[in-house]
Amino acid sequence: MSLDARGIVAGYRRKPPVLTDVSISVPAGEIVGLSGPSGTGKTTLARVLALLDAPRAGSVSIDDQVATGTRFAVQRELRGSVAMLFQSPRASTDPRLSLSSIIAQPAEVAGRPVDVEGVAARVGLTPDLLTRRPYQVSDGQLQRACLARALTQEPRYLICDEATAMLDAATTATLVRLVEAEAAAQGVGVLLISHDEELLAACCSRVSALADLRGTHAPA
Amino acid sequence: MNPSNPSNPSNPSSSLHPAGLRVENLTVRLPLANGSVVHAASEVSLAVPRGAVTALVGESGCGKSILASAVMDQLPAGARRSGTITVTTPQGPIDVFSGAPFRGRHAALVPQSAATHLTPVRTARAQLDETITSLGSTRTSDELAVRVGLVPAALDCYPHELSGGMAQRVAVAGALVGDPSVIVADEPTASLDRALTDRILALLRECADDGAAVLLITHDLASLVRTGVADHVAVMYASRLMETGPAVEVFDDPWHDYTRDLLGALPARGMHPLPGLPPQLTDLPDDCVYHLRRPETRQSGGPTVLVQVGERSYRTLRDAPREEVA
Repeated sequence: MSLDARGIVAGYRRKPPVLTDVSISVPAGEIVGLSGPSGTGKTTLARVLALLDAPRAGSVSIDDQVATGTRFAVQRELRGSVAMLFQSPRASTDPRLSLSSIIAQPAEVAGRPVDVEGVAARVGLTPDLLTRRPYQVSDGQLQRACLARALTQEPRYLICDEATAMLDAATTATLVRLVEAEAAAQGVGVLLISHDEELLAACCSRVSALADLRGTHAPA
Repeated sequence: MNPSNPSNPSNPSSSLHPAGLRVENLTVRLPLANGSVVHAASEVSLAVPRGAVTALVGESGCGKSILASAVMDQLPAGARRSGTITVTTPQGPIDVFSGAPFRGRHAALVPQSAATHLTPVRTARAQLDETITSLGSTRTSDELAVRVGLVPAALDCYPHELSGGMAQRVAVAGALVGDPSVIVADEPTASLDRALTDRILALLRECADDGAAVLLITHDLASLVRTGVADHVAVMYASRLMETGPAVEVFDDPWHDYTRDLLGALPARGMHPLPGLPPQLTDLPDDCVYHLRRPETRQSGGPTVLVQVGERSYRTLRDAPREEVA
């Protein structure tokens, strides 16, 4: 049971690829760290793993089933199985929606009932915050809402792409501990992408530098 | 130290160095449309000496950025404030709320998220040149670019063609146009990677070494501890200062429970999350609220005062036994 990328080649448009032959494996229930400086392709790899962008070569498989498309073209069984927590909670939420609508969105898309207040409580959001819109809450609160949104998706894997880079140390510690607790409780595999190596060392079972993933074949 | 003999509550660092920026007893209240009131700053007094970097740290949403807005006299419309902020200039002190022009020449802001602060439809050079013209500065944009570690050709890029770190350096260059004696940097390193963060902080350090009073507002405590860029630090919680003092001493031996908790949340110091949520600033009670977050603290839960001990100060209960920190 793992989220695997094998031999990924990916990049923007017609420019040379930023990733060449990169492989990584995220086992279910584990937290795997990925480090590397800005501009080396960490986010590109995250988007490929989240089935948002198609790689030029290589494949992504989820629990040994190879994904055959991206976004809505992903086969039904795999659709929504990878959730993403983005770097900027502001850029990844609709400013017109209330926090409760934001949190409920993935479940609504999937046509599932959702207990917004329950999920919100799990990530430490109080009910009075749920009626607010993004501009009325802090980055830390909004990122908690984004985590709650990721959880209502009921993902098998969660990718946190520099999800704490904008947050203060206290909020980072809280959010990372929440992710750890959810990963343990739901058996969610987590890929934690960060340039903060101290953070990765403190919470990951294993940390890879992006540069070291080239040409390796991920252990199954 | 002799905590039983607190000196007067004004900041003693001001007597050691000339303060470029002085915030005295600033209280800011922002009424919201729904009738509630945001307590953005409560009785904040802070002296930012020239030639030094003073860091203001605290969790997101504690009111740090409002202090930057207040210093630049750019509080949101409808804000109620009391207290004073003065910027020291060669021509004497300027009250920033008096309406006298001071922005750019005497105090400059390095904004949060420079990439979105720059106008997307004009090149970095065009924006810098406009600043130079409007301030009547003798600087040139090329010279400023070199000063902040950019190749002058980078100025011909549009903001979206610049990386986050380059855009941030353009913003610093913009702040340096008028040779201000006070530089307020509001989260200048947010979402930059470690190498870029260190460069921006080193740049602010250089500005301080050249004589500016630098107020560095940041939640990135890890970088402050790692780089040692700050000479002084002030810790803010729920619109109030909890502790101030020389950065090295505060980081090594915090006196306030909140500072200790904040430092304990760093990955290198165990990454212990603080209990509960950061407080809402809407309709706060008039006293320090840290006891709501950490009930066992003996420094909150009633009327509190900022007790001055030598160069340091910490907030504690007005009637508390003073030997707590000894």
